[in-house]
Amino acid sequence: MKFERYGIGIIKGMAVTIKHLLRHPTVTQFPEQRLNISRRSRGNELVWSRERCTGCATCAKACPQGAIEIVTAANMDENKYEVEKYRVDTGYCIQCGLCVEACPYDALFLGYSYERAKYRRNELIQTDDELLENPERPASGYFHPEIAEKLPKQTLLIEKIVEKREK
Amino acid sequence: MATTELLNITPLPMQVTPADWPGGYWWHWVFFTIVIIAFVLIMVMGAIYIERRGMARMQSRLGPNRTGPFGLLQPVADAVKVLLKENIVPATADKIVHWLAPIVAFAPVLMIFTVIPFQNGALLADLNIGILYIVAISSVATVGTFMAGWGSGNKYSLLGAMRNIAAVVSYEIPMVLAIVGVVMVSGSLSMNQIVAGQDIPYILMQPLGFLIFFIAACAEINRSPFDLMEADSELTAGFHTEYSGMKFAMFYLVEYAEAIAMSAIITTLFLSGWRGPLLPPWLWFIIKTFIVFFVMVWTRTTLPRVRIDQLMGLAWKFLFPLALINLFVTAIQVVVWPDISQWIFVIVNIAIAGALILLWSKFFKLGQGRIEV
Repeated sequence: MKFERYGIGIIKGMAVTIKHLLRHPTVTQFPEQRLNISRRSRGNELVWSRERCTGCATCAKACPQGAIEIVTAANMDENKYEVEKYRVDTGYCIQCGLCVEACPYDALFLGYSYERAKYRRNELIQTDDELLENPERPASGYFHPEIAEKLPKQTLLIEKIVEKREK
Repeated sequence: MATTELLNITPLPMQVTPADWPGGYWWHWVFFTIVIIAFVLIMVMGAIYIERRGMARMQSRLGPNRTGPFGLLQPVADAVKVLLKENIVPATADKIVHWLAPIVAFAPVLMIFTVIPFQNGALLADLNIGILYIVAISSVATVGTFMAGWGSGNKYSLLGAMRNIAAVVSYEIPMVLAIVGVVMVSGSLSMNQIVAGQDIPYILMQPLGFLIFFIAACAEINRSPFDLMEADSELTAGFHTEYSGMKFAMFYLVEYAEAIAMSAIITTLFLSGWRGPLLPPWLWFIIKTFIVFFVMVWTRTTLPRVRIDQLMGLAWKFLFPLALINLFVTAIQVVVWPDISQWIFVIVNIAIAGALILLWSKFFKLGQGRIEV
């Protein structure tokens, strides 16, 4: 005799909902509280190293969206390419990370950013020095385990979810 | 049994003109009209807050918490927002019907509260046919719903309204039969006297009647799991899809005012209304109303929406026969053993209710499967 058919199923369901009423909600109050991002996150921006870049443009070839534009000039004195312009349209970027995987000199990394909404499309374009690494835009550990090792471990648990907000 | 008990209670005289009111009856009328309108509006705000926050917590969310302390002002903010919105009337709408529908839907809900006692004798009109009046008047709201569905000139609105008519007409019958059980036990149709006679809450005397009434009331006012006429995922709010601004606010108000009205009726009929120790009677009444409303929110959060054939099947194959049996059993108890202690019937009736639900769940089949009631 299965009692699920005699109203017990409903009572069980009601017990589940009342248990959820009494436990702590599992949401974050987003603008004030943020979850830690994965250290291998593929964010919506690139971090570029001018020192390591040789201007080979492999990243531009690898990009399925054609979002990377690179212009180089030959420096005859030092017998090497010099990057004149490195321009990324993050509006086109699909965060696939193929450019990072393609770079033979580890000069390109993905960033962490995920809130880059802008009012104008051309504000999404980043050029040259805007792409360099700085404390505000650290490089993500994606495809670079040596960076990921140094970053703090990700956890989905933030201290405590509270209703009060910092004013 | 209850008839003898009733004799001990001095029935309240029908006062057309209360002597202690200066100016006579009109003051009484004006005072209670204002009290009822204020009561309904404030209770609706409380209900919206409880529903949104309680449901959110049951779903592991927080619910609205931005407006005011703990989101208490959210209903106010919603009301202001919705009142300032543009009022759009569709080109194909039947203009007059479309305009009248919210009023026709709202008026009966307010009128239900005229006969609900807030404490002993504190009600607008102590009709000696109070519960009959409620049954009659609460069905009128459906006309408003159907007018809205028809007047919108939209097939999904009409579909929602049709479903509503089907549900209300079907569920009216078990609901009234459940009420008749209570009326037989108490021996009066007046709401105030039903409360006055309830030494044992009738939820214990009539457990099956309470269950039937609760389910039928949820279906009457189209609360989930019976919210087929609004069915967000199929009909996109059904009969009030085409409504906006103030008129939509009216429908939103009706939805919650109906829920509060049904909670108040259940409180009065089954949970001994304003009676209770220590606290003042009107506070007991409000607390009990909110408890019943919370149970409605609770079932809404737990149970998924039923199909239209399951809705009809539940009414006609499950609730209707059980209501008839309940009526029969109650009639026998009232007529044959009028003098036995009511506590014996409490135990007997709970046992009968359990047995009947088990038995009917065994019989009750719907299509290939079996609805789990």
